[in-house]
Amino acid sequence: MISISVQADDFDLGAEVRALKQNHQDVGAIVSFTGTVRDLKGDLETLELEHYPGMTEAELKRIGEEAASRWPIKAGKVIHRYGALGPGDNIVLVITMSAHRAAAFKAAEFLMDYLKTQAPFWKKEITREGTAWVGASEKDDTAADRWHR
Amino acid sequence: MQIKYFSWMRERLGKSEETLTLPGSVKTIAAVLDHLATLDATYAEVFENRTMVKTALNQTHAAHEQLVSDHDELAIFPPVTGG
Repeated sequence: MISISVQADDFDLGAEVRALKQNHQDVGAIVSFTGTVRDLKGDLETLELEHYPGMTEAELKRIGEEAASRWPIKAGKVIHRYGALGPGDNIVLVITMSAHRAAAFKAAEFLMDYLKTQAPFWKKEITREGTAWVGASEKDDTAADRWHR
Repeated sequence: MQIKYFSWMRERLGKSEETLTLPGSVKTIAAVLDHLATLDATYAEVFENRTMVKTALNQTHAAHEQLVSDHDELAIFPPVTGG
């Protein structure tokens, strides 16, 4: 069961892992991915994340159910933030737990690849030079395609 | 029908949502886009490149061929960039 949270607040990886571990003696592998706000050119002031309330939760839940149906995941969580974020801030957290590592790694990668092409969020970069909406990447579509059955 | 707009499309159109009564001839998402484009040049501009116009019906991704009805919620947006 992969739980989902769409929230403005920051998250703490350690606290989330501790909470998930509590009822799972059967877990031998814990994998996590954290996406953060990248500032390649050193001029980013704010990254604004817009989302579609209602659909974001529904879509992440659907992606989580797909992952849990494909791999033996004992527990997991996906957290995605929205709102105004600064350079280096946390954006997204994916945690997967399973008996063995293969399922945990694959499910985490799958969750991220699908999230990048399906979850209704849009990023807007505000820099010293101006404001621009981030464009979608073909690399993300290719990454998601490789999971099609 | 309730229509929601996001990202730069929302900014360009100057609204995040609106209610539209569908003419009887408008049966698909594509037809809704075509209909909106006839109402105002800004819609026509925003929807010009249909491959970049993504849509969701009742909060589920939907292809432009999908059928619509008056009580649906349609969302129109550019390709997503979350994660």
